[in-house]
Amino acid sequence: MAPAKKRNVSSVKTAEKSAKKAKVDLSKTVERILESRKHANDVFDILESLQAEQEKEVISAVAACSELFCALLERKELFLGKLPGEEDALSGGYSAEDKYRIFMRHRYTSCVEILLEHLSHEHAMCCLMKFAAGEGLHPLEDLDWSEHYTFPERYTLSFVALVDNLLSKATDNSLLISRFQEFLEMEDVRYYVMSSIRDNAVVPVYQNNVFTLMSSISMPNQESELTNFMVKQEAKHEDWKAAKLHEHKRVFERMWLGFLKYKLPNSMYKKVLVILHDSILPYMSKPTLMIDFLTAAYEIGGAISLLALNGLFVLIHQHNLDYPDFYKKLYNLLEPSVFHVKYRARFFHLANVFLSSSHLPVYLVAAFAKRLARLALTAPPTALLIVLPFIYNLIRRHPSCRVLIHKPSAEDEPFEDPYLTDEEDPAQCRALESSLWEIKSLQKHYHPDVAKAALLINTPLSEQEDDISETLEVTTYELMEKDLKQPEIKSVPLEFETATRLLKGGGDVLGQHFCLA
Amino acid sequence: MGKAPKKRSLADKVRKTKTSSEIKNNPFEVKINRKKFDVLGRKSKHDVGLPGVSRSKAVNKRKETLLKEYKQKNRCSKFIDRRFGEYDTKMAPEDKILQRFTMERQRVHEKKDVYNLNEEEELTHYGQSLAEMEKFNDVVNSDDESEEKGLLSAELTASHFGGGGGLLRKKALGEEEEGGQRAKSRQELIEELIQKSKQEKRERQVQREEAQELTEKLDQDWKNIQSLMVKKTPKADKQEEKPKLEEYDMMVRELGFEMKAQPSEKMKTPEELAKEEREKLQKLEADRLRRMMGEEVVEGAQSQIHFSADDLNDGFVLDKHDKKTLAYQDGKWNMGEEEEEEEEEDEAEDEEGEGESSEEQESDAEEDEVEEEEEEEEEEEEEEGSGEDDGHSDLESEQESENEEEEEASPKPKKTLSKEEVKAQQEAAKAELPYTFAAPESYNDLKDMLRGHTSDNQRLIVARTQKSNHPSLAVGNKLKLQKLFGFLLEYIGELATRSPPELSTIDKLIPEVYALCQMFPDAACKAMQSILGDAAHSMEETLEVKGHAAFPTLDMLIYLKVTALLFPTSDFRHPVTTPALLFISQALTKCPVRSLQDLTSGLVLCSLGVEYVSFSKRFLPELINFLVGTLHLAVQDKASLGYIVVPPFRASGKYSDLLVLSSSESCRSWSKKSLPLSATQQLDLGNDPDRDTHRLTCLSTCLDLVKRCCLLYKDLPSFTHIFQPIRTLLSKHLSTQTLPEPLQELSSEIVEAISSMPVTQSALVFDKRKPIPLKLLTPKIVEVLDYGKKRGSTREEREKERLKHKYKREFKGALREIRKDSRFLAREKLNEVMNRDAERKRKVKELMGSLATQEGEWKSLKRKKK
Repeated sequence: MAPAKKRNVSSVKTAEKSAKKAKVDLSKTVERILESRKHANDVFDILESLQAEQEKEVISAVAACSELFCALLERKELFLGKLPGEEDALSGGYSAEDKYRIFMRHRYTSCVEILLEHLSHEHAMCCLMKFAAGEGLHPLEDLDWSEHYTFPERYTLSFVALVDNLLSKATDNSLLISRFQEFLEMEDVRYYVMSSIRDNAVVPVYQNNVFTLMSSISMPNQESELTNFMVKQEAKHEDWKAAKLHEHKRVFERMWLGFLKYKLPNSMYKKVLVILHDSILPYMSKPTLMIDFLTAAYEIGGAISLLALNGLFVLIHQHNLDYPDFYKKLYNLLEPSVFHVKYRARFFHLANVFLSSSHLPVYLVAAFAKRLARLALTAPPTALLIVLPFIYNLIRRHPSCRVLIHKPSAEDEPFEDPYLTDEEDPAQCRALESSLWEIKSLQKHYHPDVAKAALLINTPLSEQEDDISETLEVTTYELMEKDLKQPEIKSVPLEFETATRLLKGGGDVLGQHFCLA
Repeated sequence: MGKAPKKRSLADKVRKTKTSSEIKNNPFEVKINRKKFDVLGRKSKHDVGLPGVSRSKAVNKRKETLLKEYKQKNRCSKFIDRRFGEYDTKMAPEDKILQRFTMERQRVHEKKDVYNLNEEEELTHYGQSLAEMEKFNDVVNSDDESEEKGLLSAELTASHFGGGGGLLRKKALGEEEEGGQRAKSRQELIEELIQKSKQEKRERQVQREEAQELTEKLDQDWKNIQSLMVKKTPKADKQEEKPKLEEYDMMVRELGFEMKAQPSEKMKTPEELAKEEREKLQKLEADRLRRMMGEEVVEGAQSQIHFSADDLNDGFVLDKHDKKTLAYQDGKWNMGEEEEEEEEEDEAEDEEGEGESSEEQESDAEEDEVEEEEEEEEEEEEEEGSGEDDGHSDLESEQESENEEEEEASPKPKKTLSKEEVKAQQEAAKAELPYTFAAPESYNDLKDMLRGHTSDNQRLIVARTQKSNHPSLAVGNKLKLQKLFGFLLEYIGELATRSPPELSTIDKLIPEVYALCQMFPDAACKAMQSILGDAAHSMEETLEVKGHAAFPTLDMLIYLKVTALLFPTSDFRHPVTTPALLFISQALTKCPVRSLQDLTSGLVLCSLGVEYVSFSKRFLPELINFLVGTLHLAVQDKASLGYIVVPPFRASGKYSDLLVLSSSESCRSWSKKSLPLSATQQLDLGNDPDRDTHRLTCLSTCLDLVKRCCLLYKDLPSFTHIFQPIRTLLSKHLSTQTLPEPLQELSSEIVEAISSMPVTQSALVFDKRKPIPLKLLTPKIVEVLDYGKKRGSTREEREKERLKHKYKREFKGALREIRKDSRFLAREKLNEVMNRDAERKRKVKELMGSLATQEGEWKSLKRKKK
């Protein structure tokens, strides 16, 4: 019965195409196919609507496909082992049952191909993952488990193709990858994804995709957390690599090192550095392998150096990295843009940590304080509210730095500021001989909070250190809200000079340079 | 019977007082609290105590309260005696009985009355029952009345009949009564009592009636006399005289009002006026300085406007401090001079005034309205006066007038229409303008109201709206005008966003906005804050998403400028201007310059920044950064800078050559012109020369701002470091380039100014503090001025101390009382037990006795038997 049908496949196909152009009830078709093999040819309907124009139709077709083929996989009605060609199957000496299976297996393969084409649909991806899970449980290849302790997906068409397509070199798949993230929760999927990201290319879109995929991998912390598998391997579980944390770590490390080996664009550099310290370094089996990368990044300068600091800190702090001239480099990182970059809060948090040691030489601390004060002359108020307490904390920790704000010995003799701005070595910059006149200038700052903070140097500083962590993230708008949301103002002072014209008043600066017309 | 017990009680009282004095004199009863020393002039209440008396008092009190409670313990029912006056100790028992009896009788009587139909309807004459009158006992004022009743009549008789003296007679009467009373039975007594009360009532009625009659008579008399008085003036005369009177009245009133309208003080000479004005300005200036230093504002010193005694404090006389008193100058009326200055507006004013007055003449020409109208007119005049620039420059301080001269020198917006045309147009338009406007309920109402009018008329409309909805005229007006302020602000924003922006209209509306702001500072503050907050919030949001934002649009720039006009920018902390400054700084740091428009916006912001800090000379780092960046844009050769450019500018990049001239040709033809504010929004510079002109204008603006900053910040200790990049830029980079003459002069001036500043500084030291003195061992001597008061502490501390002391005393007292209570109770319990035991013993004894007798009898019986 079945072979007869198969012989007039092409004619039936065209006939059906013309006849059933109208809406096909796909779920009914699926039921029919599963009910009896008589209707096996209806599978072409489904595959056809899978290629339809309308999105809705495609979605329903995808659902139908997943239902159909998952059921078939479960029933083992797909051909196992090496698949013979469709023509071969007809001519070869297969039984009718086998022929049916081969037929279905071919439809399955073509379905997977179509789905891969439609990968931009998340439904298609979910469907593929379902196939992968199904194949994992009921492998299509006849494998000997004792030989391959590996995840079946590696050998399934759908899974490998899926990962390859995700990491496309042409399109940005970040949305799809974020959807894929939920599958990455599963240990075995993660393991094989990590080990399948291998070959690299210096194509920005590809790198972007790879980075999105890699950064969405969240590693388990302990071996006992490895419980969520897509395919359970009851036998040989002990020997299975995907079930071992150190294997995971090894693959993870290899993946990242492989990625970072290539030249990255600056934005990618920043992205990597932002997540480096808390989602990469802790999960590497040998974090010290990152030293080269980090030192290279630290040398680049600018924002990248600022970001590299964080990773370096972890290495210095936890892995005993000895970094010569660390402070000198940190000192040279201080330039006006520090106050304007996005990572200001992170930088000051780390700088605070680095400079919290009481074993630092005085000249170094003084140099930092003076440099920061000098830079404060160009800083916005939100940064000033961080920097001023920061400098005060430095002076508090190192009482011998008090000469910066209190030098009674040289009170009456005016002298030029001996501090050398351009000197790169903090030891040579003569900061200790100077005074923090910059803070004195900031006492005239327009923002009341800053002016108040700057006024503190007029009196001896209190013993208690200021907590700068609260002010690190304050934005200008929040600062503004402080004044805007004042609950009860007694009475608002008003300008007493009568306003007559738009451009008058306030020294007429605007009126002098601009006119209304 | 009633008298005897009274006497006894009196005697009792006497005896009791006697005993108390006896007790006081009894040395065994008295305890004298010995004082350690006498204090002169101090009276102590407790130098002598009577422990026995006070103890017995306490025991009695406990018996009445505690003991009763104790006895009532564990009992749910209670006996309450509800008889009248049972617990009233002040009442004599006889009175009690009497009262109870009367009450009972009354109750019975009332019950009877319910069904007694005849009694209820009482016929009266003059409010007096006929039944009573028929008894003819009106005159019965005989002597044989009871004592209290007789008082009045007795005196009357005494005065009427004289002879013998009232006292004697009274005494005799009393005696007689006493004699008579003894014979009376209880029944009689009560009847008498009833009679007495009835009679009293009647008497009162009679009295009232008499009074009424008298007043009626008086009224009638007066009527007669009145008619006589009225009739005296003949009717014919009256008619003639009436208009005359009115005319006269009117004249008198007019004169009176003229007097009122003029200042009550004497006319002031110009010198005095100038002096006053200066003093006021000085006071305001001092106030401003204090706020700038960030000191706490003292309440009361706050009032910026001089209030008159009649001021309703509703802001009606908002421009009071600009009010010009009638004054003569060089033989001419001072106010007339002003009016000459701008004819058009004045004429409009006159017209308006006439219109108003004619309107109001149509209606009742009542005095109040006349007054009001005059006031209004006057006020309008004042406002116009203040609207003009230099109307009274000669009256103000020298500094002021100097300023104004500068203002005059500065270019004014040119007028496209000639004066005559404007006049004609205005007159034509004015004919249409109504004089009163309803306050707009919504922003669209305002827009509808102002649509299609010239800018001058728009201003007039707003002014009239404001006047016709003055808070003093109706209740809801205050809210309406507050809303109007918000709408006006919105309208200004809309005008600025139109293309092309209608800035001249905004310019015209400014005085109205200012006036409204002065009226409602709080509402104005809120409205401005919300605008600033919204703008800042949207900027923050774009910053979070993109990392940079676009320059604020023209309406925001105008708002910032209006803020500076309405609120003082020099305050240390101000709810509006501080956020506004923050907004400016935020815009200057976060908005990248990508076109010449952006740059123009940035320069407007810089100018605003300079204006904001021009008085307080506060340091605005973002301003310097932006100016450096702007200058950097003009540098041709970006290699080997020698200074650092601060974000949003970049040392090199796509937009870093914005101000570099395309050809040096344009330098020659360039001359300084004001940039239009609309250049911040759209700039169509087709060709290179035009663009170069714009560039050079921007550069000159920038340089001028730098110069101003140099002057502003010359006192800062790190002046040289702040201006270091500018100096390098100007001396090393820009000087090599070809620039127009004036710009080069300007830049060399700046460089000179920077390098002339001293570079040496004296080292920082802490503020000198008063040294903390050593502790001294000599006693501190404090002069005691008022005795008996605890010293050396603040009022709160003293109060706290006092309360603590009081609490302690009360606590001790309460403790003592509780102890005494429990002692008393224990004694009572013991007494109870003892009594019970005694009783038992007695009973046992009795029983034993009876048993013994029984036994004895039995035994005797037995013996007898035997």
